[in-house]
Amino acid sequence: MMTVTKIKIDEQTLLCQVGEPLLDALLRENIDVSHGCRQGACQSCMLRSLKGKPPAEAQHGLKDGLKQQNYFLACLCYPEQDMEIAYTHHRDYVTHATVKAKQMLNPEIMQLVIETDEELDYYAGQFVNLKRDDGLTRSYSISNHRMHGRQLSFHVRRLMGGQFSEWAHQELQIGDRLAVSEPQGLCYYQSGQPQQNLLLIGTGSGLAPLAGIISEALHDGHRGEIHLYHGSSDMNGLYWSEEMRSLQQRYQNFHYTPCISRGEPPAGIAKGRAHEIAFKDCSALKGWRVFLCGHPDMVSSSKRQAFLAGASMADIYADAFHVASSSVD
Amino acid sequence: MTESLYDQLGGEAAVNAAVDIFYRRVLNDHRINRFFDNVDMEQQAAKQKAFLTMAFGGPNDYTGADMRQAHAKLVNNGLDDSHFDAVMEHLTGTLEELNVPQNLIDQVAAIAESTRDDVLGR
Repeated sequence: MMTVTKIKIDEQTLLCQVGEPLLDALLRENIDVSHGCRQGACQSCMLRSLKGKPPAEAQHGLKDGLKQQNYFLACLCYPEQDMEIAYTHHRDYVTHATVKAKQMLNPEIMQLVIETDEELDYYAGQFVNLKRDDGLTRSYSISNHRMHGRQLSFHVRRLMGGQFSEWAHQELQIGDRLAVSEPQGLCYYQSGQPQQNLLLIGTGSGLAPLAGIISEALHDGHRGEIHLYHGSSDMNGLYWSEEMRSLQQRYQNFHYTPCISRGEPPAGIAKGRAHEIAFKDCSALKGWRVFLCGHPDMVSSSKRQAFLAGASMADIYADAFHVASSSVD
Repeated sequence: MTESLYDQLGGEAAVNAAVDIFYRRVLNDHRINRFFDNVDMEQQAAKQKAFLTMAFGGPNDYTGADMRQAHAKLVNNGLDDSHFDAVMEHLTGTLEELNVPQNLIDQVAAIAESTRDDVLGR
């Protein structure tokens, strides 16, 4: 039997009438939800269910990753039961973790490995928020694939005056505890089209999610070509070159190009910005899947370039690293 | 009952197929791409989808006032008839690329054309 449903959003609870779209119920209660066409076309009223699957028809037309994460369109949503919803990501801390290892990957980037108290449902390439005791919080991308269960690793770049990163580099000890949020973001590998070619471009510690995505793809038996371009201004910013080269030897379909944009590179390293070199090499991207991680300017201009080179909008996945302080270089 | 223009064109699937082609054409056109320089690509794609849904005569909430408001800043930056014509060109070009019959293209163009004064703030 259809009944009035109770909808919880943030601290507010409201009632949605039978036959009333959720969007109308929210607007009626003066909850400011962006919206446009009211027909599921513009997707501007996208919200997320925090408890359980939203009605299937409310997910019509959304990307698979969004569906998996219980996003839905308020204008198409006629709630069948009580719902708890949020605007986008919710930032609740779902578990705690213990620091297991710290290891320098290059002069400025440290690999941090933590073990969570509870298993998290994540994909390599997603990010979590890490919070220390006093509440200071930063987002870091997960660089290992899912087979590791409760172990998560991150590449923490030390930033000049970066409160969290400096503290993590210098003071955080093995055995210390951190709060961990739910994994977030859509920049991850989805199985299903193993023949698709992949282009991955990253700058600096943007290699973390990309390396995770690559290991997940290879683990999944991905057969299409996989091209990784990793860039930094100088040699200090490059890392994991040996690991990537040995991966290249093991998998014929994996290709690795490290790039530096300043000075003369040594043999085996390309000269120039990673995305510029990548788009020169891979200029026809129709049917490709593209992953972009790192500096926000690189990410936004590469998004457009990838699209103009023929990649479909739905096949471009990006994660821009916004930092709260200036970087060391 | 006659089928709506939107359904004749293939409904939402047709809009989805058209968005990529149309938006790529628009971004590649040096006459108009400066108007898209500082917009987020995904948000803009959603707007393109809403626009094409409207142009196809599909379900939409089109109001002239919204259209005016949305383009007011661009009009201040020099948006004029020549730019509107360029967009119309890409709209019909997109449909031609998708092998849509000419009589339907004409109907789509007529709907899009009806927004000209609102878009240009007249």
